[in-house]
Amino acid sequence: MKFALAGNQNCGKTALFNALTGMRCHVGNFPGVTVEQKTGEIRGFGGYSVVDLPGIYSLRPYTQEEIVTRDYILNEKPDCIINIIDATNIERNLYLTMQLLELDVPMVLALNMMDEVRANGGTVDIEKISRELGIPAVPISAIKGEGVSELIDRAVDTAKHHVLPVRADFCASDSPCHRCIHAVMHLVQDHAEEEGLPLRFCASKLIESDSDIADKLRLDTNERELIEHCLVQLESESGLDRNAALADMRYCFIESVVACAVVKANESREHRRSVAIDKILTGKYTAIPVFLGVMMLVFWLTFNVIGAALQRLLEAGIGQLTDIVDRALTSFGLNEVIHSLIIDGIFNGVGSVLSFLPIIVTLFFFLSILEDTGYMARIAFVMDKPLRRLGLSGRSFVPMLIGFGCSVPAVMATRTVSSDRDRKMTMMLVPFMSCSAKIPIYAVFTAAFFPGHGAVVMFALYFTGIILGILMALLLKGTAFRGKPVPFVMELPNYRLPSPRSVGLLLWEKARDFLQRAFSVIFIATVVIWFLQSFDYHLNPVSDSTESMLANVGQAISVIFKPLGFGDWRFSTALISGFIAKEQVVSTLAVLIGCDASVLYTVLPSAFPSTLAACSFLVFTLLYTPCVAAVASFRREFNSRITTLGVVILQCAVAWIAAFLVYNIGGLFL
Amino acid sequence: MTLKELKVGQSAEIVAVGGEGSLRNRLIDMGLIPRTVLTLRKVAPMGDPIEILIRGYELTLRLEDAANITVKTVENKKPQEPPVIKYGRKRKRRGSV
Repeated sequence: MKFALAGNQNCGKTALFNALTGMRCHVGNFPGVTVEQKTGEIRGFGGYSVVDLPGIYSLRPYTQEEIVTRDYILNEKPDCIINIIDATNIERNLYLTMQLLELDVPMVLALNMMDEVRANGGTVDIEKISRELGIPAVPISAIKGEGVSELIDRAVDTAKHHVLPVRADFCASDSPCHRCIHAVMHLVQDHAEEEGLPLRFCASKLIESDSDIADKLRLDTNERELIEHCLVQLESESGLDRNAALADMRYCFIESVVACAVVKANESREHRRSVAIDKILTGKYTAIPVFLGVMMLVFWLTFNVIGAALQRLLEAGIGQLTDIVDRALTSFGLNEVIHSLIIDGIFNGVGSVLSFLPIIVTLFFFLSILEDTGYMARIAFVMDKPLRRLGLSGRSFVPMLIGFGCSVPAVMATRTVSSDRDRKMTMMLVPFMSCSAKIPIYAVFTAAFFPGHGAVVMFALYFTGIILGILMALLLKGTAFRGKPVPFVMELPNYRLPSPRSVGLLLWEKARDFLQRAFSVIFIATVVIWFLQSFDYHLNPVSDSTESMLANVGQAISVIFKPLGFGDWRFSTALISGFIAKEQVVSTLAVLIGCDASVLYTVLPSAFPSTLAACSFLVFTLLYTPCVAAVASFRREFNSRITTLGVVILQCAVAWIAAFLVYNIGGLFL
Repeated sequence: MTLKELKVGQSAEIVAVGGEGSLRNRLIDMGLIPRTVLTLRKVAPMGDPIEILIRGYELTLRLEDAANITVKTVENKKPQEPPVIKYGRKRKRRGSV
């Protein structure tokens, strides 16, 4: 049996989904699009699955999310829709309910956050609301898990007996809207039955001038004209245009339901508190300093304190384990090649990627707190203006900012960007934000070529990345992402204390997600690089790293880097190894040049033909393909190999062009 | 006047929702329908977007969208309490749009 969970954004849908399934869910994408599809089995009910549909406000087919929801319900025919609404904002939430009712599918209403309504002196007459809407209603608190088992019982009951909503007709009986809807319903009844589409839904969509439905129903010109005639009548009688008239009818009904069934809460404590906090967090002069302060604190704690400490701990643990296994293998007398595969390939490769894990978990810990408290929405509110010129919205700001720390969580964090178009575009821009793993490379190069000017060089590099990111955004906006703009409408939720459970669940989800990739894609990539590094073309293990296949590949592609000023094969080889993790560029360079990494900066100036070539190398490192962990995240979030490959190629191309320009234009001046 | 010109703390009644296609329909879906009363709650530090209180919830929109919404200021009317309308009775009209 299939249940579909539908509701507005930010009404507690995910919390309810987690409560229903106990987080034993499968995350995928809806066929053909990258909108996330979560499916899980209801806890304690084998064979009953629930699908978490995207959060939407209406069933108009304008955004990817709305189309997905609508198609899912119409085509997959779930046995029951669980419509979750935010009881603290009942009017706006019921607007979607009214449209779902028209789909003629068994449905149950879950009134979430009832605990908050009650705590502030409000009540909702559940029986009345259920009678007025003609579907069962259950008060719940998804976060606390209250009422969830009752909700399951009601939903299962409704689905088993296939109890359809009692009514779909909500217009006042003598209103222009009523006349129009019923006239249209009569006109298209036979068509709708033939196509198996719910009649009332068809009529509403035809009034909203949805040409998709008109085509699906195969209406002829005559019928379309008749409908148009009804609509003109509606507009002249109601004094509103067709879209507004229909919405007005729905909201009028909602108002009447609310008037008889809901005692509004006093201005809630949460709300008063939010207004007070917002005076500072979104205040004219305080908002941006506070935001910068918060983000700096998050970064400092993640990369310098908590995350870094955990990372050291994990690295020490992995190091110990490697040592133990290494000694055990030696005493066992295992074949040297296999030994090298296990220690140099698997342990070192996967270990270096695994050391990202503490950073990711710590960063997501803070991010989920920012998100759950409601501060993330404020950041979007405050930072919307500067991002708009790039064709994005304020929601993209935080993921891009995280890109300065690490691309992996940044790409994962784009999940908070609600529009599919904005989400993809944000991901494309993340690689331009120089990640922290590149800092060791910059540090060695500045020590070698610009001693004492570290800050200037760093600033110039970060700035270059941002500027190119902006240019890329403008380019994407004008080409690949021209798409229909969706107006930026967003709610600022009340500030709430995050629940430890939901923070914990998110951390677990992100960590598991990353680990799965670490042991699949990343594992394979590290083994391949190890293989290339340790063998020559005759598959003999090499003792001198300059004879390995990797060195040969480096040599082969070093031609590409000639115009950039660093045609030496050692640099191209180092860049290839940087694909595993950017820090590896430094260690590989040290190995190939034949010195210790700690004294690399003294040798580098003699290895590079000129300072300008070193600049060109730095610019290339700044921009070229993200590491394998990041690429795996791209693959997961884009849900497309081709797009991911496109991103990798695009980044390399941009890096090459930028480095070429730096080398050749710089050459004119020096 | 348009919603764009409203001052913080002022309430107004929507007269007409302009604009086209999906942008306009989205605003209507969010409850911005003629005759609805709203209050301007705050303006972002950089002057844009704005936040309004409508139908008991707070909605953020951009000035370019707000410029499409014609409003008239109203006194002593707050958007929290919707007018009590009995279901089934013809609704009183406050003049045409």
